[in-house]
Amino acid sequence: MHISVTVDGTAYQADVEPRTLLVHWLREGIGKVGTVVGCDTSNCGSCTVLLDGRSVKSCSVLAVQADGSSVTTIQGLSDGNEWHPVQTAFKECHGLQCGYCTPGMVMSTVDLLSENPNPTEAEIREGLEGNLCRCTGYHNIVKSVALAADLMGGSTK
Amino acid sequence: MTQMDVTNTTETPTALGRPIRRKEDARLLHGQTNWTDNIQLPGTLHMAILRSPMAHARITKLDVSGALKMPNVVAAYGAAELGDLNGSVPCVWPVTDDIVMPGFPALAIDKVRHVGDCVAVVLATDAVHAADALEAIEVDYEPLPAVVNMESAIADGSTIVHDDKGTNTCYVYNLGGGYDEVAAKADVIVKRRFINQRLIPAFMEPRAVVAAPMGMSDEITIWTSTQIPHILRVLLALVTGIPENNLRVVAPDVGGGFGGKLQCYREEILVTQLARKLGRPVKWTETRSEDMVATHHGRDQIQDIEIAATSDGKMLGLKVTLLANMGAYLQIITPGVPLLGMFMYPAIYKMDAYDFKCTGVFTNTTPTDAYRGAGRPEATYAIERIVDELAAELGMEPMELRKKNWITHEEFPFTTVAGLTYDTGNYEAATARAMELFDYDGLRAEQAQRRASGDPVQLGIGISTFTEMCGLAPSRTLGALKYVAGGWEHCTVRLLPTGKVEVVTGTSPHGQGHETAWSQIASSVLGVPVEDIEVIHSDTGRSPYGMDTYGSRSLAVGGQAIKKAADRLVEKAKVIAAHQLECSPEDIEFVEGVFRVKGDPEKVQPLAAVAFEAFTGHNLPPGVEPTLSAEATVDPEDFSYPHGTHLAAMEVDTETGKVTLRKYVCVDDVGVQVNPMIVEGQVHGGLAQGIAQAMFEGASYDEDGNLQTASFADYLLPSAMDLPSFITDTTCTPSTTHPLGTKGVGEAGAIASTPAIINGVVDALRPLGVTDINMPAAPMTVWRAIQAAKAGGAA
Repeated sequence: MHISVTVDGTAYQADVEPRTLLVHWLREGIGKVGTVVGCDTSNCGSCTVLLDGRSVKSCSVLAVQADGSSVTTIQGLSDGNEWHPVQTAFKECHGLQCGYCTPGMVMSTVDLLSENPNPTEAEIREGLEGNLCRCTGYHNIVKSVALAADLMGGSTK
Repeated sequence: MTQMDVTNTTETPTALGRPIRRKEDARLLHGQTNWTDNIQLPGTLHMAILRSPMAHARITKLDVSGALKMPNVVAAYGAAELGDLNGSVPCVWPVTDDIVMPGFPALAIDKVRHVGDCVAVVLATDAVHAADALEAIEVDYEPLPAVVNMESAIADGSTIVHDDKGTNTCYVYNLGGGYDEVAAKADVIVKRRFINQRLIPAFMEPRAVVAAPMGMSDEITIWTSTQIPHILRVLLALVTGIPENNLRVVAPDVGGGFGGKLQCYREEILVTQLARKLGRPVKWTETRSEDMVATHHGRDQIQDIEIAATSDGKMLGLKVTLLANMGAYLQIITPGVPLLGMFMYPAIYKMDAYDFKCTGVFTNTTPTDAYRGAGRPEATYAIERIVDELAAELGMEPMELRKKNWITHEEFPFTTVAGLTYDTGNYEAATARAMELFDYDGLRAEQAQRRASGDPVQLGIGISTFTEMCGLAPSRTLGALKYVAGGWEHCTVRLLPTGKVEVVTGTSPHGQGHETAWSQIASSVLGVPVEDIEVIHSDTGRSPYGMDTYGSRSLAVGGQAIKKAADRLVEKAKVIAAHQLECSPEDIEFVEGVFRVKGDPEKVQPLAAVAFEAFTGHNLPPGVEPTLSAEATVDPEDFSYPHGTHLAAMEVDTETGKVTLRKYVCVDDVGVQVNPMIVEGQVHGGLAQGIAQAMFEGASYDEDGNLQTASFADYLLPSAMDLPSFITDTTCTPSTTHPLGTKGVGEAGAIASTPAIINGVVDALRPLGVTDINMPAAPMTVWRAIQAAKAGGAA
């Protein structure tokens, strides 16, 4: 099936099998390998991207469902020189170790803070419930999100 | 919320000991990573694996020809078609002379022995068609009875996993003696059976392997998501017969390991062999569902523990009898994992006798091997649980019982009843700090109040005062334990013509931040800014010598090698600097990256100027060769022995069995810290995994050997909602056997936290008569234990 999808600002035209998942098209179709696959049951959230500005697990969206939409991946969040405040905060607070869950964790955080610029710790933890991390114990991820909220002009309660 | 103080400068020479933000993070935070699955070479064939759906069965028919007719399929193999290329997965730790070591063919021959065993492979030009073609393979299984339970496996008449061996007993290992004598004199003996359940490493990056023959040469490069590229190169050479010099193994960015990628996997053997056979790149990436059944599991011990003491609380002796589940086959160090725990059961306590016996048992389950802590979490769980049970039996406060028996700080170095010599420690200091942060007395008062008022939600206080042995390992010790390799580590430090530095390390990081921390160590010696230092690792072509990363060894052993190599480089450079400054090397001192003539502040030569001289060779002293590098290979003098005190406040709803972790405090002593931010992160991650064993995780099989927790939907990795923020602090008694004073930290949190949680749950419920809770402490498990205790039965 033919699809037209804008990914990180570039307009793509592609033919995909109907069964192709968005994450597989991103990785194997157009080389957006910054977005990764961590499971096959939609539990881990490593593949989270923004679809028309809202976070989705790109393993639970078919590529054809993204037809006509705009996708933002971790690779399109900032242009190399400029860091998005969420990226800055994760580095500052050591909110990542191996970095495999990080693309999804960062994109979920972007969405979380757009919904709720002033989250409490409990709201941060609830907001990231769909993203699994095996390295950090979440402690520094929670701090990262709180700092990102501060950097973006909100203030954590 | 608190905000971390912003410290991001990297000036030397104070790089050591500072929370410098990580070099690794820029690429990781921008998706500019090089995971193995990202590698796409032209002409690649994608491998898919047909795995056994049965735990134990005879393969009566296997026909792969149907797969060959499927679109885009280039080749398909069962064991028969693979022939001699079907290597056997190696085990490098035959712990006893008479250990039973069955073969472990990469593709099963005639029989499958666990769900997930590899039966056949398909290679196609894309991964989707390779997976599709698996359905066209014809295979008939004749089911055989599966044996899952260890006690059943060693009972008479059991199904035998490897029938040619005639037994499910892999080995029996004994240490010590003399327990019966001291037990005869004891006032109190407490016995318990603890179940240390099976866990799944569940690193976030699934395993992946790419092997590529290089042009028309005999060389083959293997990229694989591994913790051990150097060890893997040796093992693949031995298994496949490919000359070691023709093999290059690269671990690109690796997304976590926790022991699960300390392995020579059958898939790595298959991909390597098939790339060689077909003359094309071959790639395999596992699905998470494959990972759950095919990546090795951890823990899985039945622990019968007996402790003997006097009525006033003096510990006399300990007896440990283990059944350790090997699973269906032996992998790299499967039999040795319980022995890594063997030395740690006496832990921080003084006693007169210790008997240890471990029986390794084969079952029709996924093989077990190292998982974060590897043997030491099991030991720590058993000793810290039995100490609490002894305290209850004696009517003593559990912390007071520990204080009465632990090694005091004046007594170091101290040789334990298990034969280890702990160099340093200060259990009093770590405990005092932890109790202060925890408000121990306040929580005990609240506990008494809740007990008195009959609050349905009871409060328990869980204690874990732990030590562990890490920094694997002195080679002579490994040899004495029949491990077939050494425990040294290598480093080469190169000074480049422009004054930049390359640190070539044999450690292989997968999230730990070695690029940052190793730069800090080199910076502290050379006076070169952290950002001017490149750490080269995880590629046998660029970093040829190494023993890789596991057992909290990278800093403890590898850090020593960096320090030693950098010191040697300074000594070499000093000779050139002296020549340039027209004085004797003895008259020169090296301070903050600059050679200075003692007593003459005008006469200085920066290291970078020496580097350029070494490059041009225009004016070198006689006998000094151009270029400037130094190397060191360090065999550690001893293990390192981090320790700490962990305290958990557990709330248990006695009506529903719901367990809540209200507060967690730990004070760890990991000696000198290179980067305290990274240390704290390692502690956090370890805590999460140890707490998860106590509260959430457990791999379970049904009686037919089906893994019931075979996806992330069924195996409960904790999410951010399931854990609290942690209160952490450190004390510091520098290691005396490691030149930097450092100790390992990677596994400490995972080792210490599990018994703290369960001791807390049991402490909450002890007035109800509960004396143990099986892990994980899920509401149903806890509720049943409460009901059983109320009914007067055993918990």
